[in-house]
Amino acid sequence: MANDKPLVRFEDIQKSYDGVTLVIKSLNMNVARGEFLTMLGPSGSGKTTCLMMLAGFEPATHGEIYLDDRPINHIPPHKRGIGMVFQNYALFPHMTISENLAFPLEVRRMQKPEREQRVKKALEMVQLEGFGDRRPGQLSGGQKQRVAVARALVFDPELVLMDEPLGALDKNLREQMQYEIKHIHENLGVTVVYVTHDQSEALTMSNRVAIFDAGVIQQLDPPDILYERPENAFVANFIGENNRLFGTVLEASGDSCKVEIDGGHGTIQANPINIDGVGKRTTLSLRPERVTVNPEPGSLPNMFDAQVKELIYLGDHIRTRVSVCGHDDFIVKIPNSSTHALLKTGETARIGWNVEDCRALDQSD
Amino acid sequence: MAQIDSASNIEQPLTTADGVPLKVSLQRTLRRQKIVALSLVAPLFLFILFSFLFPIGDMLLRSIDNTIVPSELPQTTKLLQNWNEQSGELPNEAVYAALAADIKKGAKSKTINRTGKRLNYEYSGFSSLFRKSARRVQRLKADKVESYRKELIKIDKKWGNIKFWQVLKRESGIRTASYYLAAFDAETNEKGEAVFKPENERIYVNLFGRTLLLSFFITLMTVLLGYPIAFLLASLPTRISNLLMILVLLPFWTSLLVRTSSWIALLQKEGIINDFLVALNIIDSSNRLSLIHNSTGTVIAMTHILLPFMVLPLFSVMKTIPPDFMRAARSLGATPFTAFRRIYMPNTIPGIGAGGILVFILAIGYYITPALVGGTDGTFISNFIAYHISTSLNWGLAAALGALLLLLVLALYLLYDKIVGIDNMKLG
Repeated sequence: MANDKPLVRFEDIQKSYDGVTLVIKSLNMNVARGEFLTMLGPSGSGKTTCLMMLAGFEPATHGEIYLDDRPINHIPPHKRGIGMVFQNYALFPHMTISENLAFPLEVRRMQKPEREQRVKKALEMVQLEGFGDRRPGQLSGGQKQRVAVARALVFDPELVLMDEPLGALDKNLREQMQYEIKHIHENLGVTVVYVTHDQSEALTMSNRVAIFDAGVIQQLDPPDILYERPENAFVANFIGENNRLFGTVLEASGDSCKVEIDGGHGTIQANPINIDGVGKRTTLSLRPERVTVNPEPGSLPNMFDAQVKELIYLGDHIRTRVSVCGHDDFIVKIPNSSTHALLKTGETARIGWNVEDCRALDQSD
Repeated sequence: MAQIDSASNIEQPLTTADGVPLKVSLQRTLRRQKIVALSLVAPLFLFILFSFLFPIGDMLLRSIDNTIVPSELPQTTKLLQNWNEQSGELPNEAVYAALAADIKKGAKSKTINRTGKRLNYEYSGFSSLFRKSARRVQRLKADKVESYRKELIKIDKKWGNIKFWQVLKRESGIRTASYYLAAFDAETNEKGEAVFKPENERIYVNLFGRTLLLSFFITLMTVLLGYPIAFLLASLPTRISNLLMILVLLPFWTSLLVRTSSWIALLQKEGIINDFLVALNIIDSSNRLSLIHNSTGTVIAMTHILLPFMVLPLFSVMKTIPPDFMRAARSLGATPFTAFRRIYMPNTIPGIGAGGILVFILAIGYYITPALVGGTDGTFISNFIAYHISTSLNWGLAAALGALLLLLVLALYLLYDKIVGIDNMKLG
């Protein structure tokens, strides 16, 4: 079945702007048909470059991009048939909303009756019926965003690229638009490649997320895997909140390893995910919500005394900063349940965690 | 409760805590700001008022001013009111007597020649007539004269020509339309109707037409040449575009005279361009192109000089067009050309409009360049205004031509506002 083949395939893509540094070091990535794939990363990580190469606005320095098994390196943007939503919407200010939406159909020489029907349908899809005669300047940010999405979809492209489309919206609107775009994706079954630097946006919307850093995909997985099982220190730190402890591997066996924390603050039993071997340095990653306060003695393999430095009340949980193993900014999230531990600033409490929750990853100083 | 409050607010004007009406209190606080703003503007405003607005107003009034005739010939002009210029008869003896008295008085104060000169604009011959009459009238002894009509006609038989009297009567008021008639190449015929001059005597209407046509052509050339440059500047990285912008601005820092003269060196018959073309055997040495001292020269030199005024507004408008517009158009399926024509170009229209109106208005009023390189068929209306100001000293006509030029510019400006909209104009 042809549909099992990926829609987009990046093969050994490298990209350099100045001939000195590589912005994309080596990229191999498949995008499945109907998938919502997000490229997430800090600015300068190469994610937008990647999108621009796919759209055809930047040539790849090396490697080949395939769309539907067709190499597209030498196909100009207007022949690729890829819809695109830009960060600042890029609605044409001298045209009405209807004219904006009709533009892609017009350049495809579609007949007027069908054009009008498609525009009407597109406006309905984004709930902007009756806005057709307005100009972009008369719309709010959210409405412009909807028009931009509608325009990228009105000519039925198989693939839609979105370059930080919600970056200019305020927080509430952004969240609302996230769901709207997600629903449009689900209803139309279109393939979306989405670029953002907002991790909650990426986790909310995507089937899979590619974490970019320094021109390399650090990890490409569904959101839950990324959060629960980060493969390296960068991903662990980039997605969600994370306590980091640095140390050296003392001994390692199948599903457990012993790590000595720097500064002689004791040893920790950790889950060896990405270590180089005994005697090598490692970064331990531990989610704040996986830390237990006042565990039963002997119930957990890792137990330490921690001094409470700061308590921040956040309603559903209490964010507690403690000093443990020589780390002053170790965060523990205490859920606000009826039985939760009551701590006071300055007092010493016992905290502990499981082996599998504490992931020993690569060195990342 | 809230409703009652707002209802009472409507009935009674709001007051501040100490009972002063809110509006009064607000005005008081704003008054200081207004005074400061006004005093900041005042020096420039006074400067403009006295050095620019008043002189221009005075100049414009000269285009209808005719006080010299009634004030120099007070009795004559008064008595002429009763004479019917269409009767075909000369004025009566009383008018001649009054004229003799007026001329005598004017000759004594040595102001009569000015009147002659003024009337000479209307009808050739008045200047010598008044000079001659002034000399001879002084010698007339009042008691020996039996008929001033006879004496004056004896002095100069033009005083027996009814045409001269008709002109004198027409120009006896303190206001005159004759300068404007002259500016429109029109004159008053014997019946007192305004008619166009014969074809071969018309100057100014054609000149206005030529000024408009050449200015339009110059504007078109600056758009055609300036648009690609501005596009290049706007799409280059800022560091490089700033460098290139200096090249665009370089002409601004060179004297206008130097630039125009260098065009003379380039374009003349024995100039560099002709020499070059001859050397390449493209043209024969006997058929050298006449590129200067005609309208071609004016268009070439002025296009060069006014080009920055087109490039700058275009550049600043193009700078504001996000590169995403073109990308969006391309991703939606438009070819590069379609994307440019449908998306980029329409967004640069405010720049074309601003540059166009700037260049066009500067061009129709341009003086130095057409004067130096225009020859006879490349001169503009401003060259004739300057001629009447400094050479023929017919300031009234110069003022009338100037006023018409001003009106023309204002009319074009309004037309532009109607079509493009001034709000759409962007200079930077």
